Amino acid sequence: MSDQHTHDHGHDHDHDHDHGHHPEPPSDVEARALALESLLREKGLISGEEIDRIVSAYEHDIGPMIGARVVARAWTDPEYRRRLLAEAGPAVAELGLGGPSATNLTVIANTPEVHNLVVCTLCSCYPWAVLGLPPSWYKSPAYRSRAVREPRAVLHEFGLELPDSVRVNVWDSSSDLRYMVLPERPVGTEGWSEDELAALVTRDCMIGVARPQTPAAARS
Amino acid sequence: MIDRAVADSLPRKNGELVFEAPWEGRAFGMAVVMHDRGAYHWDDFRDRLIDHISNASTPYYESWLGALESLLLAHGMIEPEELDARVDEFKQLRRDPVF
Repeated sequence: MSDQHTHDHGHDHDHDHDHGHHPEPPSDVEARALALESLLREKGLISGEEIDRIVSAYEHDIGPMIGARVVARAWTDPEYRRRLLAEAGPAVAELGLGGPSATNLTVIANTPEVHNLVVCTLCSCYPWAVLGLPPSWYKSPAYRSRAVREPRAVLHEFGLELPDSVRVNVWDSSSDLRYMVLPERPVGTEGWSEDELAALVTRDCMIGVARPQTPAAARS
Repeated sequence: MIDRAVADSLPRKNGELVFEAPWEGRAFGMAVVMHDRGAYHWDDFRDRLIDHISNASTPYYESWLGALESLLLAHGMIEPEELDARVDEFKQLRRDPVF
Protein backbone atom coordinates (compact mmCIF):
# COMPACT_ATOMS: atom_id res chain seq x y z
CA MET A 1 0.00 0.00 0.00
CA SER A 2 2.97 2.34 0.11
CA ASP A 3 2.38 3.33 -3.51
CA GLN A 4 -1.15 4.34 -2.70
CA HIS A 5 -0.04 6.58 0.14
CA THR A 6 2.71 8.28 -1.82
CA HIS A 7 0.22 8.94 -4.56
CA ASP A 8 -2.31 10.42 -2.14
CA HIS A 9 0.19 12.82 -0.63
CA GLY A 10 0.87 14.29 -4.03
CA HIS A 11 -2.72 15.42 -4.36
CA ASP A 12 -4.22 15.99 -0.94
CA HIS A 13 -2.53 19.28 -0.19
CA ASP A 14 -5.32 20.53 2.00
CA HIS A 15 -5.64 17.25 3.83
CA ASP A 16 -4.46 16.84 7.39
CA HIS A 17 -1.00 15.37 7.92
CA ASP A 18 -2.07 12.65 10.27
CA HIS A 19 -0.93 9.85 7.95
CA GLY A 20 -3.09 6.78 7.88
CA HIS A 21 -5.72 8.06 10.29
CA HIS A 22 -9.14 9.25 9.34
CA PRO A 23 -10.05 12.38 11.22
CA GLU A 24 -13.65 11.16 11.14
CA PRO A 25 -15.10 7.66 11.19
CA PRO A 26 -15.55 6.15 7.72
CA SER A 27 -19.02 6.13 6.19
CA ASP A 28 -21.06 2.91 6.47
CA VAL A 29 -20.25 1.76 2.96
CA GLU A 30 -16.59 2.69 3.30
CA ALA A 31 -16.37 0.73 6.57
CA ARG A 32 -17.95 -2.28 4.83
CA ALA A 33 -15.38 -2.15 2.01
CA LEU A 34 -12.55 -1.78 4.54
CA ALA A 35 -13.86 -4.67 6.62
CA LEU A 36 -14.23 -6.99 3.63
CA GLU A 37 -10.75 -6.29 2.30
CA SER A 38 -9.19 -6.61 5.72
CA LEU A 39 -10.84 -10.01 6.33
CA LEU A 40 -9.96 -11.38 2.88
CA ARG A 41 -6.35 -10.30 3.32
CA GLU A 42 -6.16 -11.75 6.80
CA LYS A 43 -7.41 -15.09 5.49
CA GLY A 44 -4.85 -15.02 2.68
CA LEU A 45 -7.61 -15.06 0.03
CA ILE A 46 -6.42 -11.85 -1.58
CA SER A 47 -3.50 -9.46 -1.37
CA GLY A 48 -3.65 -5.69 -1.32
CA GLU A 49 -1.16 -5.58 -4.20
CA GLU A 50 -3.45 -7.63 -6.46
CA ILE A 51 -6.26 -5.17 -5.86
CA ASP A 52 -3.86 -2.25 -6.42
CA ARG A 53 -2.89 -3.72 -9.79
CA ILE A 54 -6.48 -4.08 -11.00
CA VAL A 55 -7.49 -0.61 -9.82
CA SER A 56 -4.43 0.98 -11.36
CA ALA A 57 -4.94 -0.83 -14.69
CA TYR A 58 -8.50 0.44 -14.99
CA GLU A 59 -7.53 3.94 -13.90
CA HIS A 60 -4.55 4.28 -16.21
CA ASP A 61 -4.12 1.59 -18.87
CA ILE A 62 -7.50 0.18 -19.82
CA GLY A 63 -9.97 2.58 -21.35
CA PRO A 64 -11.65 3.71 -24.55
CA MET A 65 -8.28 4.40 -26.19
CA ILE A 66 -8.05 0.64 -26.73
CA GLY A 67 -11.37 0.49 -28.56
CA ALA A 68 -10.36 3.59 -30.51
CA ARG A 69 -7.28 1.83 -31.87
CA VAL A 70 -9.37 -1.14 -32.93
CA VAL A 71 -11.83 1.15 -34.72
CA ALA A 72 -9.04 3.05 -36.46
CA ARG A 73 -7.52 -0.19 -37.75
CA ALA A 74 -10.91 -1.37 -39.01
CA TRP A 75 -11.36 1.94 -40.86
CA THR A 76 -8.06 1.60 -42.68
CA ASP A 77 -7.88 -2.14 -43.32
CA PRO A 78 -10.94 -3.82 -44.89
CA GLU A 79 -9.58 -7.31 -44.23
CA TYR A 80 -9.11 -6.46 -40.56
CA ARG A 81 -12.62 -5.05 -40.43
CA ARG A 82 -13.98 -8.32 -41.81
CA ARG A 83 -12.12 -10.34 -39.17
CA LEU A 84 -13.19 -7.98 -36.41
CA LEU A 85 -16.89 -8.26 -37.27
CA ALA A 86 -16.64 -12.04 -37.70
CA GLU A 87 -14.86 -12.71 -34.41
CA ALA A 88 -13.84 -9.72 -32.35
CA GLY A 89 -11.74 -11.37 -29.61
CA PRO A 90 -8.94 -12.68 -31.85
CA ALA A 91 -9.01 -9.53 -33.98
CA VAL A 92 -8.47 -7.33 -30.92
CA ALA A 93 -5.73 -9.69 -29.72
CA GLU A 94 -3.97 -9.31 -33.09
CA LEU A 95 -3.20 -5.72 -32.08
CA GLY A 96 -1.78 -6.90 -28.77
CA LEU A 97 -4.79 -5.40 -26.99
CA GLY A 98 -7.74 -6.54 -24.97
CA GLY A 99 -6.36 -9.34 -22.83
CA PRO A 100 -8.26 -12.54 -22.03
CA SER A 101 -11.52 -10.76 -21.19
CA ALA A 102 -12.01 -9.70 -24.82
CA THR A 103 -13.10 -13.24 -25.71
CA ASN A 104 -16.81 -12.52 -25.20
CA LEU A 105 -16.73 -9.37 -27.34
CA THR A 106 -18.91 -8.81 -30.41
CA VAL A 107 -18.41 -5.77 -32.62
CA ILE A 108 -21.36 -4.46 -34.64
CA ALA A 109 -20.94 -2.01 -37.49
CA ASN A 110 -22.97 1.11 -38.14
CA THR A 111 -23.97 1.61 -41.77
CA PRO A 112 -25.81 4.40 -43.58
CA GLU A 113 -29.02 2.39 -42.99
CA VAL A 114 -28.48 1.04 -39.46
CA HIS A 115 -27.38 2.67 -36.22
CA ASN A 116 -26.45 0.45 -33.27
CA LEU A 117 -26.86 1.24 -29.58
CA VAL A 118 -25.51 -0.82 -26.66
CA VAL A 119 -27.14 -1.21 -23.26
CA CYS A 120 -27.26 -3.70 -20.40
CA THR A 121 -30.84 -3.69 -19.19
CA LEU A 122 -30.27 -5.85 -16.10
CA CYS A 123 -27.06 -4.48 -14.65
CA SER A 124 -24.01 -2.97 -16.30
CA CYS A 125 -22.31 -5.54 -18.55
CA TYR A 126 -19.93 -3.57 -20.69
CA PRO A 127 -16.94 -4.34 -22.92
CA TRP A 128 -14.35 -3.58 -20.23
CA ALA A 129 -11.51 -5.02 -22.28
CA VAL A 130 -11.83 -2.35 -24.97
CA LEU A 131 -13.66 0.54 -23.25
CA GLY A 132 -12.58 0.34 -19.60
CA LEU A 133 -15.33 0.77 -17.02
CA PRO A 134 -18.73 2.20 -17.94
CA PRO A 135 -19.66 5.85 -17.39
CA SER A 136 -22.19 6.53 -14.65
CA TRP A 137 -25.08 7.20 -17.05
CA TYR A 138 -24.63 3.73 -18.59
CA LYS A 139 -25.27 2.24 -15.14
CA SER A 140 -28.29 4.44 -14.42
CA PRO A 141 -31.79 2.89 -14.22
CA ALA A 142 -33.06 5.53 -16.67
CA TYR A 143 -30.63 4.62 -19.44
CA ARG A 144 -31.01 0.88 -18.87
CA SER A 145 -34.77 0.99 -19.22
CA ARG A 146 -35.21 3.75 -21.80
CA ALA A 147 -32.54 2.68 -24.31
CA VAL A 148 -34.71 -0.27 -25.29
CA ARG A 149 -38.11 1.41 -24.99
CA GLU A 150 -37.38 4.71 -26.70
CA PRO A 151 -33.90 4.66 -28.20
CA ARG A 152 -34.49 7.63 -30.49
CA ALA A 153 -35.53 9.83 -27.58
CA VAL A 154 -32.42 8.76 -25.66
CA LEU A 155 -30.19 9.48 -28.65
CA HIS A 156 -31.85 12.86 -29.07
CA GLU A 157 -30.94 13.71 -25.47
CA PHE A 158 -27.33 12.80 -26.25
CA GLY A 159 -27.54 15.23 -29.15
CA LEU A 160 -27.65 12.59 -31.85
CA GLU A 161 -30.39 13.11 -34.44
CA LEU A 162 -30.95 10.28 -36.89
CA PRO A 163 -33.09 10.49 -40.03
CA ASP A 164 -36.25 8.37 -39.93
CA SER A 165 -34.78 6.25 -42.71
CA VAL A 166 -32.06 4.97 -40.35
CA ARG A 167 -33.05 1.92 -38.34
CA VAL A 168 -31.90 1.79 -34.69
CA ASN A 169 -30.81 -1.61 -33.40
CA VAL A 170 -30.46 -1.93 -29.62
CA TRP A 171 -28.12 -4.61 -28.29
CA ASP A 172 -28.70 -5.86 -24.76
CA SER A 173 -25.41 -7.03 -23.24
CA SER A 174 -24.86 -9.94 -20.91
CA SER A 175 -21.80 -11.33 -19.21
CA ASP A 176 -21.39 -13.75 -22.15
CA LEU A 177 -21.97 -11.24 -24.92
CA ARG A 178 -20.56 -7.76 -24.72
CA TYR A 179 -21.05 -5.39 -27.59
CA MET A 180 -19.02 -2.55 -29.03
CA VAL A 181 -20.15 -0.36 -31.91
CA LEU A 182 -17.93 0.19 -34.93
CA PRO A 183 -18.94 3.70 -36.01
CA GLU A 184 -18.79 4.91 -39.59
CA ARG A 185 -15.58 6.61 -40.62
CA PRO A 186 -16.13 10.37 -40.81
CA VAL A 187 -15.97 11.93 -44.26
CA GLY A 188 -12.98 14.14 -44.93
CA THR A 189 -10.48 11.80 -43.29
CA GLU A 190 -9.04 10.26 -46.44
CA GLY A 191 -5.33 9.58 -46.07
CA TRP A 192 -5.32 10.04 -42.29
CA SER A 193 -3.05 7.83 -40.19
CA GLU A 194 -4.44 5.35 -37.70
CA ASP A 195 -3.29 7.53 -34.80
CA GLU A 196 -5.06 10.57 -36.25
CA LEU A 197 -8.20 8.54 -36.84
CA ALA A 198 -8.14 6.99 -33.35
CA ALA A 199 -8.20 10.49 -31.85
CA LEU A 200 -11.66 11.02 -33.43
CA VAL A 201 -13.12 7.96 -31.74
CA THR A 202 -14.82 8.67 -28.42
CA ARG A 203 -16.13 6.25 -25.86
CA ASP A 204 -19.68 7.42 -26.54
CA CYS A 205 -19.53 6.61 -30.25
CA MET A 206 -18.43 3.04 -29.43
CA ILE A 207 -21.49 2.69 -27.15
CA GLY A 208 -23.60 4.17 -29.93
CA VAL A 209 -24.86 7.38 -28.32
CA ALA A 210 -22.71 9.63 -30.49
CA ARG A 211 -20.89 9.85 -33.80
CA PRO A 212 -17.11 10.15 -34.04
CA GLN A 213 -15.76 13.66 -33.86
CA THR A 214 -15.64 15.41 -37.21
CA PRO A 215 -12.23 16.37 -38.59
CA ALA A 216 -13.11 20.05 -38.14
CA ALA A 217 -14.10 19.61 -34.47
CA ALA A 218 -10.98 17.57 -33.77
CA ARG A 219 -8.72 20.34 -35.07
CA SER A 220 -10.32 23.12 -33.05
CA MET B 1 0.99 -2.61 -24.29
CA ILE B 2 0.39 0.51 -26.33
CA ASP B 3 2.78 3.33 -27.00
CA ARG B 4 2.51 5.76 -24.10
CA ALA B 5 2.60 8.95 -26.16
CA VAL B 6 -0.18 7.68 -28.39
CA ALA B 7 -2.19 6.43 -25.44
CA ASP B 8 -2.02 9.81 -23.75
CA SER B 9 -3.41 11.53 -26.80
CA LEU B 10 -6.44 9.26 -27.01
CA PRO B 11 -9.71 9.45 -25.13
CA ARG B 12 -9.32 7.81 -21.78
CA LYS B 13 -12.17 8.40 -19.38
CA ASN B 14 -13.93 11.04 -21.46
CA GLY B 15 -13.81 13.49 -18.62
CA GLU B 16 -15.27 11.15 -16.06
CA LEU B 17 -13.59 9.62 -13.03
CA VAL B 18 -13.39 5.85 -13.19
CA PHE B 19 -13.93 5.64 -9.44
CA GLU B 20 -15.40 8.47 -7.44
CA ALA B 21 -13.94 7.32 -4.13
CA PRO B 22 -11.11 4.92 -3.22
CA TRP B 23 -13.50 2.37 -1.70
CA GLU B 24 -15.27 2.01 -5.06
CA GLY B 25 -12.02 0.95 -6.69
CA ARG B 26 -11.28 -1.46 -3.84
CA ALA B 27 -14.75 -3.04 -4.12
CA PHE B 28 -14.36 -3.39 -7.89
CA GLY B 29 -10.83 -4.81 -7.58
CA MET B 30 -11.80 -7.32 -4.89
CA ALA B 31 -14.58 -8.79 -7.05
CA VAL B 32 -12.28 -9.10 -10.07
CA VAL B 33 -9.38 -10.61 -8.12
CA MET B 34 -11.56 -13.12 -6.27
CA HIS B 35 -13.08 -14.19 -9.59
CA ASP B 36 -9.66 -14.47 -11.24
CA ARG B 37 -8.57 -16.63 -8.32
CA GLY B 38 -11.43 -19.01 -9.10
CA ALA B 39 -13.61 -18.18 -6.09
CA TYR B 40 -16.78 -18.02 -8.21
CA HIS B 41 -18.15 -17.85 -11.73
CA TRP B 42 -18.73 -14.34 -12.99
CA ASP B 43 -22.39 -15.15 -13.72
CA ASP B 44 -22.95 -15.90 -10.03
CA PHE B 45 -21.59 -12.49 -9.17
CA ARG B 46 -23.64 -10.87 -11.93
CA ASP B 47 -26.88 -12.49 -10.72
CA ARG B 48 -26.36 -11.03 -7.28
CA LEU B 49 -25.40 -7.67 -8.75
CA ILE B 50 -28.68 -7.64 -10.69
CA ASP B 51 -30.59 -8.38 -7.47
CA HIS B 52 -28.87 -5.55 -5.63
CA ILE B 53 -29.21 -3.13 -8.54
CA SER B 54 -32.95 -3.74 -8.80
CA ASN B 55 -33.23 -1.45 -5.80
CA ALA B 56 -32.76 1.68 -7.86
CA SER B 57 -32.06 3.98 -4.93
CA THR B 58 -28.82 2.20 -4.01
CA PRO B 59 -25.72 3.79 -5.56
CA TYR B 60 -24.02 1.56 -8.11
CA TYR B 61 -20.83 0.56 -6.31
CA GLU B 62 -22.77 0.06 -3.09
CA SER B 63 -24.82 -2.55 -4.98
CA TRP B 64 -21.57 -3.98 -6.25
CA LEU B 65 -20.16 -4.28 -2.73
CA GLY B 66 -23.42 -5.77 -1.45
CA ALA B 67 -23.35 -8.40 -4.21
CA LEU B 68 -19.76 -9.32 -3.36
CA GLU B 69 -20.48 -9.54 0.37
CA SER B 70 -23.50 -11.78 -0.16
CA LEU B 71 -21.60 -14.05 -2.56
CA LEU B 72 -18.62 -14.48 -0.21
CA LEU B 73 -20.96 -15.11 2.72
CA ALA B 74 -22.93 -17.68 0.71
CA HIS B 75 -19.69 -19.47 -0.20
CA GLY B 76 -18.66 -19.50 3.44
CA MET B 77 -15.47 -17.57 2.73
CA ILE B 78 -16.37 -15.11 5.44
CA GLU B 79 -18.77 -15.40 8.38
CA PRO B 80 -21.48 -12.83 9.05
CA GLU B 81 -20.39 -12.33 12.66
CA GLU B 82 -16.78 -11.58 11.81
CA LEU B 83 -17.86 -9.20 9.04
CA ASP B 84 -20.18 -7.27 11.36
CA ALA B 85 -17.52 -7.12 14.06
CA ARG B 86 -14.90 -5.89 11.60
CA VAL B 87 -17.20 -3.20 10.22
CA ASP B 88 -17.77 -1.96 13.78
CA GLU B 89 -14.05 -1.84 14.43
CA PHE B 90 -13.52 0.42 11.42
CA LYS B 91 -16.51 2.59 12.24
CA GLN B 92 -15.29 3.11 15.80
CA LEU B 93 -11.75 3.85 14.58
CA ARG B 94 -10.37 0.89 16.47
CA ARG B 95 -8.56 -0.27 13.34
CA ASP B 96 -6.44 1.65 10.83
CA PRO B 97 -7.78 1.74 7.27
CA VAL B 98 -5.90 -0.40 4.78
CA PHE B 99 -6.55 2.02 1.94
